[in-house]
Amino acid sequence: MQLLLLLVVVTDFAVLGTSRLSACIRWMAVQGAILGLLPLAYGGAITAHAYGLAAGTILVKAVLLPWFLKWAIREAAIRREVEPRVGYMASMLFGAAALGAAFGIASTTRAFPRHDLIVPVALVTVMIGLVVLITRTKAITQVVGYIMLENGVYLFGLTLSRRVPFLVEVGVLLDVFVGIFIMGIVVFHINREFDSISAANLSELREA
Amino acid sequence: MMELLLVLVPLLAAALAYLFRGARARAAVLVGTAAAHTVGVGSFWVRPIATRSASWLMADDLGLLVLSVVSVLFLVVSFYAAAYMRAETPRGGRAFVSCLLAFLAATSLVAVSQHLALLWVGMEATTLAIAPLIYSRNDRRSLEAVWKYLMLSSVGIALALLAVFFLAAAQLGDEGSRALLVPDLIGRADRLDPRWLRAAYVFALVGFGTKMGLAPLHSWKPDTYGEAPSLVGGLMAGALTTCAFLALARFTQVVTAAGLQSFARPLLIAAGLFSLLVATAFIVGQSDIKRLLAYSSVEHMGLLVIGLGVGGVGAYGSVLHLINNGLVKGMLFLVVGNLVLAAGTSVVADMRGMQRTRPISGWLLLVGLFAVTGSPPFGLFLSEFSIIAGAVHEHHPWVAAATVAMLAIIFAGIAGMIVEVLYGEPSSMAPDAEPRERAPYVLGPAVLAGLVLLLGVYIPGPLRAVIGRAAGSLGGTTP
Amino acid sequence: MNTTLSAAAALGVVIVLAPGVIGVAARTRAALTHRRGTPVLQLYFDLFKLLRRGAVFSDATTWVFRFAPVAVVVTAILAALVVPLDGRASLFRFAGDPVALAYTFAFGRFFLVLAALDTGSSFEGMGASREVTFASLVEVGLFLSFATLAVLTHELSLSGMLEAPLARASASGSAPAVAMIAGSFFALLLAECARVPVDDPATHLELTMIHEVMVLDHSGPDLALILYAGALKLSVLGAVVISVLVPRANLPPAVAIAVLAGGLLLVGVGVGIVEASMARLRLPKVPLYLAGASALALFSLILALWSAA
Repeated sequence: MQLLLLLVVVTDFAVLGTSRLSACIRWMAVQGAILGLLPLAYGGAITAHAYGLAAGTILVKAVLLPWFLKWAIREAAIRREVEPRVGYMASMLFGAAALGAAFGIASTTRAFPRHDLIVPVALVTVMIGLVVLITRTKAITQVVGYIMLENGVYLFGLTLSRRVPFLVEVGVLLDVFVGIFIMGIVVFHINREFDSISAANLSELREA
Repeated sequence: MMELLLVLVPLLAAALAYLFRGARARAAVLVGTAAAHTVGVGSFWVRPIATRSASWLMADDLGLLVLSVVSVLFLVVSFYAAAYMRAETPRGGRAFVSCLLAFLAATSLVAVSQHLALLWVGMEATTLAIAPLIYSRNDRRSLEAVWKYLMLSSVGIALALLAVFFLAAAQLGDEGSRALLVPDLIGRADRLDPRWLRAAYVFALVGFGTKMGLAPLHSWKPDTYGEAPSLVGGLMAGALTTCAFLALARFTQVVTAAGLQSFARPLLIAAGLFSLLVATAFIVGQSDIKRLLAYSSVEHMGLLVIGLGVGGVGAYGSVLHLINNGLVKGMLFLVVGNLVLAAGTSVVADMRGMQRTRPISGWLLLVGLFAVTGSPPFGLFLSEFSIIAGAVHEHHPWVAAATVAMLAIIFAGIAGMIVEVLYGEPSSMAPDAEPRERAPYVLGPAVLAGLVLLLGVYIPGPLRAVIGRAAGSLGGTTP
Repeated sequence: MNTTLSAAAALGVVIVLAPGVIGVAARTRAALTHRRGTPVLQLYFDLFKLLRRGAVFSDATTWVFRFAPVAVVVTAILAALVVPLDGRASLFRFAGDPVALAYTFAFGRFFLVLAALDTGSSFEGMGASREVTFASLVEVGLFLSFATLAVLTHELSLSGMLEAPLARASASGSAPAVAMIAGSFFALLLAECARVPVDDPATHLELTMIHEVMVLDHSGPDLALILYAGALKLSVLGAVVISVLVPRANLPPAVAIAVLAGGLLLVGVGVGIVEASMARLRLPKVPLYLAGASALALFSLILALWSAA
């Protein structure tokens, strides 16, 4: 349980540090799979609810989304480098700062004494997701950042899974899936239109 | 029961519309569903609220108001869209109607949800339903617009989900309450953990504020409104932002019930004033009429949260303004859409002298100018006046003064542009041979304008009561 | 056997075994890449051969050049004295000795770098520059790791820290932190001892070298000393990794020393596996690798503080 959470943080940093797009997506998939295992490891009784959630999460976050993003890369013939806006070292520093901040914030609110780590890990993942989102120029890496952000939120949601009904979780998962799907299609179009998926090219619309 | 139908029927109709091959049949499905939806919403006004069952889906006072605005606006837009699709054949043919109907379903879900996580699901669904509609032209600019919209609102909405979870975390100490149900949250607000509640409120303001387009998270708005077809812009400015405000208002209800107004209100006022400031800065000297409308929308979102932030009569004004803004934004976008279709551009320099070529739309635009800037006798005058009066009453004279000053500048900016569009000397003398305007294009906006005018002159008793109760739940009072 | 004797015996084992660990690493790498490879004892043969030879000194060099190999070996032995090789106590121990350990390494490196600059060769200058750059990054991770151990065990000397970090950490619920510390140490060991993925000891292309290029001008006994010091350093750091993972304070001294010997050979195998399974990183990526190791250490430090709070 705690180990899985630590692995989530490790995957966060792996995404931050990796320079190859496909590796980036693979780490994201690994993170999705860990997230899928968490409901089973989390809290005593393994109910049908937990199984359903685990299966759904793994299906969406570890299989469908990575597969879809890889498809987009292949079909749109996207170059394989990540192309960050700031260096990898700086990203790592941001990540380290996020790590400190998350644990700092989490230590001020001790609402979950029993399962300590999940709150700070969720916050770290949210923050590192934001870092990836902001510091990477490629549209597809921004999608990866968004997925990490969403993963962090989802992690936090797990602490409440006892109280939030299944239907809602399915809705959230579905929304995320469709959202990424639409983003993927847009990425595909952007690449065809601009010959690159650098979101830095998207600067035509601005105040004159 | 009826609440569920309001969500499910448009959803099924969306699927149905996708199956039909003929454009005419799809248009019929669209208009038919919209009409049925309006009838369904109307039934709520007949039945008293006490007889409705309290559960996950229930149209309470605030939800009912939002639902009504959305429904009326959508009905008008659906007539417009039926005509628009025949003339313009927007990209994505079949999906266009389906997305519109899915949008209706999602907004209805937001309006009637009493469960905040469900409300979030609806909110995210509105984003997803509307995104394909923005990408209506297959070119770079519309791609850029849809990308910015998707990215910013997805991030915003993800933070909003965090806010929802924080709220659930605030509830953890109270085993007796049902998670995230608005009645329980409000009824047992004193048992919420205030630290989580504060965190939740900040994230909700950022998250749903992004969806509303509050500055500084408004940057998607001009791009998106500028590139989307006008009727989609109208739905976004009139219905989508209304729903986002409803979400924020739900959080405000909880915070108010928990006695944390003193925490929430300064945040709201600051966000509102900053939005007004940004809107003022970009409206003056704006060269594109659709972008102008976008900044005007930022302005009105700012007014809404200021009203919420000052409380008292201001909250009443805010709720009233929600209705007025929804209707007038829909109307303006449709009218401007007519002119943009005629001129082939939304850059003001190339669309002067429209009064001669499109007289009816021109008159409507003039009406819209006075309505949107809050001139009497339109409804927006009343609601803006209430907000400012609320600010004075609640001892925020500087807020009131700043608001009035910026509204005056905005009036000058918008008036300058619209007068130029209507009466300016055309740069190229090539008026199209046919100045005739088709009824569906002008009737809808006229109806909306009439409603806004009516709300300015006379608010029916039942409506007034509902607005009063809704404002009460937000910490407001009826004047 | 009393403590001193046990520590001395462990020291003897490490001093004798160190070149063998390098041999094991090379052998593992060869086996995994389907080559026959050199004998495990190859480094011993090399050392003997070199010691019997004379040394050649360039006219351009000064006493610094001749002094450096001695300084390197002495610092490596000093480091071995500070680390509790047998898992209970080192010969020298005092509060804050992790800092001494880090600076002993730094001291040796300082003279090696001076010697490299002393030759006036541009290649050696380049190697020295890289070595110093990366070493400064290694120190970040090293100190973070030691800080974590200090927080976990409330001890300030290496002997105290490494006595039973796992047991203490499990008591406070931060066993994963210890595992991560071990990982971080191993990653730093690879960097500090100039192994893949930071540096490739088997390369023959000077432009890509870091450590090897600095010692191009050393010959005969001098080279033997430098090679031996490198091997000793690897074994000392390996002993740290072993102590983090396998607390040996309660074992009989003989068993503890046997575990040390076996562990060192396993470390050699581990190094070999890494070398066989991945290529040397491009130079610009090395800082990222070290930052990753430091991030791991930082994370474990935060975890330790978190569960201590």
